[in-house]
Amino acid sequence: MDFGFTTAAYVVAAVLFILALGGLSNQESAKRAVWYGIVGMGLAVFATLVGPGGGLWWLSIILIAAGGVIGLQLAGRVQMTQMPELVAAMHSLVGLAAVFVGFNAHFVIGQIGATLDTESLGNFAKLVAKKDAVEINILRVELFLGVFIGAITFTGSVIAYGKLAGRVSSAATKLPGGHLLNAGAAALSVICLFWYLNAGGFLPLLLMTLAALFIGYHLIMGIGGADMPVVVSMLNSYSGWAAAAIGFSLGNDLLIVVGALVGSSGAILSYIMCKAMNRSFVSVILGGFGGPAGEQMAVEGEMIAIEADGVATSLNEADSVIIIPGYGMAVAQAQAAVADLTRKLRAKGKSVRFAIHPVAGRLPGHMNVLLAEAKVPYDIVLEMDEINEDFPETDVAIVIGSNDIVNPAAQDDPNSPIAGMPVLECWKAKQVFVSKRGQGTGYSGIENPLFFKENTRMFYGDAKASLDKLLPLID
Amino acid sequence: MKIGTPKESFEGEARVAMTPDSALQLQKLGYECAIETGAGQAAGFSDASYKDAGVEVVKTAAALWKGADIVAKVRQPDAAELKRLTKDKTLISFFNPAGNEDGLKAAKKKGANVIAMEMVPRISRAQKMDALSSMANIAGYRAVIEAGNNFGRFFTGQITAAGKVPPAKVLVVGAGVAGLAAIGTSTSLGAITYAFDVRPEVAEQVESMGAEFVYLDFEEDAQDGAATGGYASVQSEEFRNAQLAKFREIAPDIDIVITTALIPNRPAPKLWLADMIAAMKPGSVIVDLAAEQGGNAEGTVKDEKIVTENGVTIVGYTDFASRMGAQASSLYATNIRHMMTDLTPEKDGQIVHDMEDDVIRGATVTYQGDITFPPPPPKVQAIAAQPKKEVKELTPDEIRAQEAAAFREQTRNQVALLGIGGALILLAGLYAPASFMQHFIVFVLAVFVGFQVIWGVAHSLHTPLMAITNGISSIIIVGALMQIGSGNFLVILLAALSVFMAGINIFGGFAVTRRMLAMFQKS
Repeated sequence: MDFGFTTAAYVVAAVLFILALGGLSNQESAKRAVWYGIVGMGLAVFATLVGPGGGLWWLSIILIAAGGVIGLQLAGRVQMTQMPELVAAMHSLVGLAAVFVGFNAHFVIGQIGATLDTESLGNFAKLVAKKDAVEINILRVELFLGVFIGAITFTGSVIAYGKLAGRVSSAATKLPGGHLLNAGAAALSVICLFWYLNAGGFLPLLLMTLAALFIGYHLIMGIGGADMPVVVSMLNSYSGWAAAAIGFSLGNDLLIVVGALVGSSGAILSYIMCKAMNRSFVSVILGGFGGPAGEQMAVEGEMIAIEADGVATSLNEADSVIIIPGYGMAVAQAQAAVADLTRKLRAKGKSVRFAIHPVAGRLPGHMNVLLAEAKVPYDIVLEMDEINEDFPETDVAIVIGSNDIVNPAAQDDPNSPIAGMPVLECWKAKQVFVSKRGQGTGYSGIENPLFFKENTRMFYGDAKASLDKLLPLID
Repeated sequence: MKIGTPKESFEGEARVAMTPDSALQLQKLGYECAIETGAGQAAGFSDASYKDAGVEVVKTAAALWKGADIVAKVRQPDAAELKRLTKDKTLISFFNPAGNEDGLKAAKKKGANVIAMEMVPRISRAQKMDALSSMANIAGYRAVIEAGNNFGRFFTGQITAAGKVPPAKVLVVGAGVAGLAAIGTSTSLGAITYAFDVRPEVAEQVESMGAEFVYLDFEEDAQDGAATGGYASVQSEEFRNAQLAKFREIAPDIDIVITTALIPNRPAPKLWLADMIAAMKPGSVIVDLAAEQGGNAEGTVKDEKIVTENGVTIVGYTDFASRMGAQASSLYATNIRHMMTDLTPEKDGQIVHDMEDDVIRGATVTYQGDITFPPPPPKVQAIAAQPKKEVKELTPDEIRAQEAAAFREQTRNQVALLGIGGALILLAGLYAPASFMQHFIVFVLAVFVGFQVIWGVAHSLHTPLMAITNGISSIIIVGALMQIGSGNFLVILLAALSVFMAGINIFGGFAVTRRMLAMFQKS
């Protein structure tokens, strides 16, 4: 079959991908949308195999099948709390694939220079052979960019995976020299680009790849655990841009379109996360919070502890309850207990809702997935903007494993490092219970005045153990 | 250790410092509890109910004092009780340390530790043991009830078949804890309630309780209640005159006056003078909660109810809390229990008298043979310290102007971005070959479509979005498939690896997305 059919199939595939992403606008249409994506992908692969694919059909299909078996295994086994790790790990694969494909493009260019017999080199070489000198140079820039972004994505994602899976310390660590090292590596890459354009050898490409691998490693090492939502969405974006750059170098519009879609998706997610923390993207990527602008307000009062029976009494009397989950709930695997509590309270005719801050958890939308897994109906799980107004009319707010996203200092104390960050105003509820492991401060190390408020009671202990103690007391 | 509560020796005192409920809580702290027989009788707690709560009932006061390590009572101890103190005993009660020098000396001589409940500092952490507040709350409520008892009319206005009844007008002077409680009770009975306080910052609290704040036409630097621990202090002569003039003006209209104005350690200020009383209608009632300190009204007689020549009743009782023995006892016993909780950090029934703790230090008046009164000022600021935020109301014009400015700003930004972006693309077009520009157009449009589409994605589906974009971005497989047919072994190897990895991603990404989406269920 000829290229006309392939192009037509690519157009259909691109439209299907756009529909797949657009369908995620609500939970019901999303279930259909994922099929659009699957069909689109199948069509794209099929069209490539029969069209510009390079032969070796059986090898390709066997490899895809083998990969598919592993992929399905992973997808079937993964715990929902491990989603961030899985997503990061998968990004690394895309990044590495981009690097390899970029290398290949380089080798093909080299072969074309060496031999005139392009027929034997496959379809891609035929395509390259038609290009003139300027186009070859542009091709080189494109593949160079593709490899660069791909390499950053690869090591960055591996480190992100390590941090999320707890195999690498989630604290922000930097080598001596800090961001100067990154800047140096970036400068080296630019030099390599010019070298590569002039000389065309493999060495500058390899050097740049090493530099980019280092940047990916060092950049993500310098970012702390709680900023991972931004990091993962950023890497998501990079994996898209890498695909787009490779698409340019291969002259493949489908790759470009899909790369651009994925790239902008990740970029928007990063933007939403940053907005939700009231921090600039650069400050998140460069790591650490901005220094406090001045003396922070002293917190007065005391943290008052409460036992399960006290919480149960309040819950039994309450009419409306809002639960605010955070990463601590995921760590303690408490989502099923939370769902049980929700069911019990709802069975008694109480209004129970969830308030989700955009940066709760380690992945955008992580809490929603965890609650969905525990069979909490999604229409009682609300976003910050939808529910923040309702706290004053709420009897009980329960904070489970979140800290900075419910910190009133963001609003009250202009000198707080998180000043201006949008937060869930749970302290406006009549009574607040905070389920927390101990008395320490949160990830950002900022004292949380919520814990000292008169209507706050601290329900110390592991979230799951605490809830299990609480559940039988709800009658 | 053992906590004991004797029967109050003061004539007519109905309160008791331990209730069966509080005893249960104290036992959870690891203490044994004992009570003198009949101690709870006046408050409605029988000896049997104490026994049921695991409290040992002791026959005589002497035996109780002897056996208890900690004695909790309500009233300031009398001379006989002070004699029963010993070196290793702790006494928790009202003590009036400022006016009870003999008592302090006696306790010092005995070497006992005395915690005076009225000395609990007014900081938010200590509110749960602030017995003055809990007793004042009761007094405020009871003051309205006493007033109603002596007032020959309804509080609430009614229109009945037998005629129209105007609502009573109540003035509460002093909006402290007692004042606010009185305001709340009075408004809930339906009276038109006015309130006055020298601290203008309480106007908001007063209005939130449903009363009207009486403002003076007087300019003065408002005194900061926080500087004096949340209490009122002495005012200037001009201020006082303005205040009295206002009272004089409204006195003929007012049916019930409840005065609660107290300044710590001073005689109560005279605020309701004889001429105001004379101006009131016959049958009006004045309840003077400051009678203990001499009274706010001229003519108040401590512990008595009098009727003036023009038929105004002045109630000067000082035992309002005791008149509600059951309620007062349960609140006071809870205050004591909270104090014990703070004194027992380990919950092991052993008292730890931590003189570094602001609250415990503040309330302790004698400690190990020393008089520790008055305490140093607390390190933490009083609760009333709340910097007021000024929120400027915007006029509709200003809001419109702001919106217009925001719109212009937005337009400017957008045009600037489009301009820069357009210029860059044109610039690229000048140098790049046509084949590149064709792909570039596709790229720019795809980015644009991506941005439009992704903004519509529900926040709750961001994780599935990431998983599906993960799957989709393995479209890089297309590139690898194009290269796999190359003659070069290295190229084939790298392409094959890419195909394999992309294969993992495609199936993994879509499968996990589907798995997640299937979990989202409607209720």
